[in-house]
Amino acid sequence: MINKKVANVQDALKGVSDNMTFMFGGFGLSGIPENAIAQLVKLGVKGLTCISNNAGVDNFGLGLLLQKRQIKKMVSSYVGENDEFERQMLSGELDVELIPQGTLAERCRAAQAGFPAIYTPAGYGTEVAEGKETREFDGKMYVLEHAFKADFAFVKAWKGDAAGNLIFKGTARNFNPNMCGAAKITVAEVEEMVPLGELDPNQIHIPGIFVQRIFKGEVFEKRIEQRTVRPKST
Amino acid sequence: MLDKNGIAKRIAKEVQDGFYVNLGIGIPTLVANYVRDDIEVEFQSENGVLGMGPFPFEGEEDADIINAGKQTITTLPGASFFDSALSFSMIRGKHVDLTILGAMEVAENGDIANWKIPGRMVKGMGGAMDLVASAENIIVAMMHTNKRGESKLLKACSLPLTGVGCVKRIVTNLAVLEVTDQGFKLLERAPGVSVETIKNATEGTLIIEGEVPEMDI
Repeated sequence: MINKKVANVQDALKGVSDNMTFMFGGFGLSGIPENAIAQLVKLGVKGLTCISNNAGVDNFGLGLLLQKRQIKKMVSSYVGENDEFERQMLSGELDVELIPQGTLAERCRAAQAGFPAIYTPAGYGTEVAEGKETREFDGKMYVLEHAFKADFAFVKAWKGDAAGNLIFKGTARNFNPNMCGAAKITVAEVEEMVPLGELDPNQIHIPGIFVQRIFKGEVFEKRIEQRTVRPKST
Repeated sequence: MLDKNGIAKRIAKEVQDGFYVNLGIGIPTLVANYVRDDIEVEFQSENGVLGMGPFPFEGEEDADIINAGKQTITTLPGASFFDSALSFSMIRGKHVDLTILGAMEVAENGDIANWKIPGRMVKGMGGAMDLVASAENIIVAMMHTNKRGESKLLKACSLPLTGVGCVKRIVTNLAVLEVTDQGFKLLERAPGVSVETIKNATEGTLIIEGEVPEMDI
């Protein structure tokens, strides 16, 4: 077994510095690497380029890094629900690249899988395709989108072991598996660190080869963005 | 004239047995409430779930189980979770049978705009560009006019596009329309709405052939 386990979030984030490009798993606030984000706020690294489907809310998720002006550029597909983000974007303090959600996923996956670029029909004929190479296949037009290049990928999983194997839960899976191995260093934080051998190899979503560092997150608040319920009586 | 639930109710009639369906945020989400219960349909949410169920009972909500609107949901027997790349493989690979989404503007050639108002509202496209670029069966659910009373069915979109020539069918509070090579073909009128009212509310080319029936909802 090649040991990927590190003692804590401090060790897990060794080597992060200003002006780096980071990937963050998560959709909305579901499945975000809360512990890595909290540590980045503490470290105060600045000038960051962040690849993440969303930008958190005002006081949670990547919103915490935005509040401290640590982010120079966001690459996302949807950034509603965040007033500070909108303010920084409209005032020009923050550079924002909005790309289709499926393209974001596939640019991560391409980096993970060793493809330099992929063709997608998404965004053809829109401003997203401006300045990009396009090509026709079987009578339909596609846009060339390049694999991301990132220094760190921060992902969150439900269970993991010292070998770096990961299992995700529910829709907290989202972009997390696609970002594993898509950056120079992948840091996984897990809710449960289980003894080696306890995870059934048949059930593992991401093999440890895609993960360089794994640690048990100290706190997972797992905040719900839109609590929707129905009364028990119906 | 229909309200939002009426639009959802009419669209629900387009959902067929055996369909995998992706519902957008807003009116489209309501469609799930009106699908006939004698047919089998699975709802896909692009954040990574197939086989979505209703909202959870109070106290049973789970931060790890949400839909694309970030709302807490439940799953039905036979449901599955998957990552974002696989989710868009379902969409881009045309495995999803029907996509229902909202729009700010639709043009008579099937162009759609629903993600950005320059200088005013920039929330992003989310999965909408992937959905409209690939889906063969797209229904737009929207009000016929905007808050200022201006038509949302135009000769050409004025807002930044989400996709080109992709919309096939539109259901509004006033009418059901089909996008054809000649323009918007009026298929049905909402209960109590005259052809004249629809004409006045439609900026794009409106094609009216014979008697236009009233919706049956």
